[in-house]
Amino acid sequence: MADTSAEHPSSIGREAWITGIGLATSLGEGLDSHWDALNSKTVNVDETTFAPHVVHPMTKLTFDAQIPKKGDQRQMEAWQRIGTYAAGLALDSAGIKGNSDILSRTDMIVAAGGGERDLAVDSAVINASIQGNAAPALLNERLMNDLRPTLFLAQLSNLLAGNVSIVHGVTGSSRTFMGEEAAGVDAARIALARIAAGQSDIALVGAAQNSERKEMLMLYEFGNFNLKNKFAPVWERDNGFALGAGGVFLVIESKEHAQARGAKPYAKLSRVVADHARRKAAGDVTTSLDGLWSKLGPVGPNAAIITGTTGAAPVTGEERAFIEKHRDLPVRASGTPFGLALAALSISRGALFPPNDKTGVEIEMAKPPSQIVVVGAGHWRGEGMALVEAV
Amino acid sequence: MTATRDKFGRPIVVVTGMGVVTSLGAGKTDNWTKLTAGESGIRTITRFPTDGLKTTMAGTIDFIPVEPFSSTVLSERLADVAVEEAVAQSGIGSKGDFPGPLFLAVAPIELEWEPRNELARATGLTSGIDYDALLKASGSGHFTGLHRRFLFGSVADHLTETFGTKGSPISLSTACASGATAIQLGVEAIRRGETDAALCVATDGSVNAEALIRFSLLSALSTNNDPPQAAVRPFSKNRDGFVMAEGAGALVLESLESATARGAKVLGVVAGCGELADSFHRTRSSPDGKPIIGCVKNALSDAGMSTDQIDYINAHGTGTPENDKMEYTGISSVFGERAQQIPVSSNKSMVGHTLSAAGAVEAVFSLLTLEHQRIPPTINYDVPDPAIPFDVVPNKARDARVAAVMSNSFGFGGQNASLILTREPV
Repeated sequence: MADTSAEHPSSIGREAWITGIGLATSLGEGLDSHWDALNSKTVNVDETTFAPHVVHPMTKLTFDAQIPKKGDQRQMEAWQRIGTYAAGLALDSAGIKGNSDILSRTDMIVAAGGGERDLAVDSAVINASIQGNAAPALLNERLMNDLRPTLFLAQLSNLLAGNVSIVHGVTGSSRTFMGEEAAGVDAARIALARIAAGQSDIALVGAAQNSERKEMLMLYEFGNFNLKNKFAPVWERDNGFALGAGGVFLVIESKEHAQARGAKPYAKLSRVVADHARRKAAGDVTTSLDGLWSKLGPVGPNAAIITGTTGAAPVTGEERAFIEKHRDLPVRASGTPFGLALAALSISRGALFPPNDKTGVEIEMAKPPSQIVVVGAGHWRGEGMALVEAV
Repeated sequence: MTATRDKFGRPIVVVTGMGVVTSLGAGKTDNWTKLTAGESGIRTITRFPTDGLKTTMAGTIDFIPVEPFSSTVLSERLADVAVEEAVAQSGIGSKGDFPGPLFLAVAPIELEWEPRNELARATGLTSGIDYDALLKASGSGHFTGLHRRFLFGSVADHLTETFGTKGSPISLSTACASGATAIQLGVEAIRRGETDAALCVATDGSVNAEALIRFSLLSALSTNNDPPQAAVRPFSKNRDGFVMAEGAGALVLESLESATARGAKVLGVVAGCGELADSFHRTRSSPDGKPIIGCVKNALSDAGMSTDQIDYINAHGTGTPENDKMEYTGISSVFGERAQQIPVSSNKSMVGHTLSAAGAVEAVFSLLTLEHQRIPPTINYDVPDPAIPFDVVPNKARDARVAAVMSNSFGFGGQNASLILTREPV
């Protein structure tokens, strides 16, 4: 059960800085709009389009700004466009957009979903089948005739990374991790481990998700995980998450690499650890999170916690039990897996955004945070934790 | 006392267990016998109706039955078979307690047609069924199992819980290079000193109607349906596409130090890994070959080896007009005149393209090549392509002195990965 990356603290070598952040979510686009939204306690929810399911809808983006060729935009489905857009924002933020020397050495790890389907084609097949017109060739005929050939490329998980390579010229390497919430944690974990060990100098790490998809809601509806009817902050929910939309990318590089090119850090990424509790017994997740916490190194009094807790039961309760053990630290539930970006943003702004919670889990923080622990427990599997610190 | 670090001071990474399953059979023995006999695992598809399809054959694995058929379930079973063989051979850990992390190459998972039609029936409607109706039916509590089954991480969850790997299991996709990437992640983790062992697995059970049609619509598949055994023709002038196939490969990687300490038999060394992404096109390689050239050079430099130390190239060799040409362009640019002398064969001529699994399946075959000092052939090589003057080891296996193999994998989305496998540490 032990996380292997933190068992050998001596192997943690080079310091890694977060030097670029690209954020495009339901709260807006770019760092300022996110900071403003967090400080004004804005939450963007759509309770009607997919009623009774509640989702956080994507901000409308002008894709041309980051994906100049219409042909490229047409080759992507929404989740890829959102991600490619956010990757561009991150490269801009790090000051390496268009710098082919650096981009050709930049290692990319993307945490991906995929599989956006053609709902009309699926429906046509289903209706023909159920009416007994299920000649052997029916499925073949409909799919051969009705599927857009390029749709496959818009569905393939590794084609978000592929599009980032094509549109932004990031070619050092390209790896795509899949596996729900844990994939994002592992993407950051592996990128940091490689940089710390000198296997990589600079990495582009990120993810994208389109919440406004019925087939995506379906997968979670099978397990009764969707938040229904009315939005409520995660700490007030019995069970359920509202799927969030967004693209989030970070540029992470070794301190030496950043200094050599005169890049300013938003924050230092000190640790990323992950675990896979079996979740067979009550308390397994709390134990897993306790174990991860112990691997972070010293967490001081000027620390805060940002959690991506989902609101899903029973895991949110177990995460809350873990957080109760750290009552002295201010906690924020981002409701998203974007915790690393929000932590780096908060550290760079010298403040934690205000609480937005009536249950008392979240408290004010008057002083600037010097450390932020980012916590994530996947709705079904996967626990992760990261330590983001002021440089 | 043998050195346990390479010339760069990194822990030497060795292979102590291997498992493989392909359309040729389950296990190394069966696969190696058939592979070196030049047998093909490609057959006419019987799993689903092929009416109206341009391609009607594939390297399906029908000897491991899954009823009703599900690509995700088959992928998981294939992985189980390969991992059991690999772990048993290595003798590492104890049952259900593998002392290291899991890196799993797996095809992207999504809900399949069988459960989608079941949901449609559950709506109670007989017409006008749309995704609103399906979504409504999904929440009845009758389909909880579908959530567990069709999560992206579900196959990795199963493996990590069955074999007791440690930490957070990683499910990854770099398209047709995925298997090589899984191995590269394991090598890197051991070199960092994070772990003494890693379980690197790649599996693919994707031959279903929709997946076949998706590739067919991209004009990527061979339509040489009759006879199916002659469909895959890597490096031949009359090649016309790849053939989808199923399989799994598993490797137990360990530091040489750890393997030596526990007295494990060393099957080979992963001396180097290289990768480089291509920004040219979603499905095509850059016409100048630069990304492939860079990838191959990265692998050589990671191993600290030169081209004249490579004795055999286990090619990606899909049999598509584009891939094979670009592979020659890339290899000949790096290897110079030696490109026409060094043996270069394609396992895919016999087992088809096992997609996400290919990199690991071919790494296992490369290691078996090192063990047996025998190079599997490229079959169906009857009409040489003058533009690709490789020594493809045509049609018959060949005994040869092989100390180092380069195994290449290239995929959609600009994915390129190369591995260098050796008998002894270099």
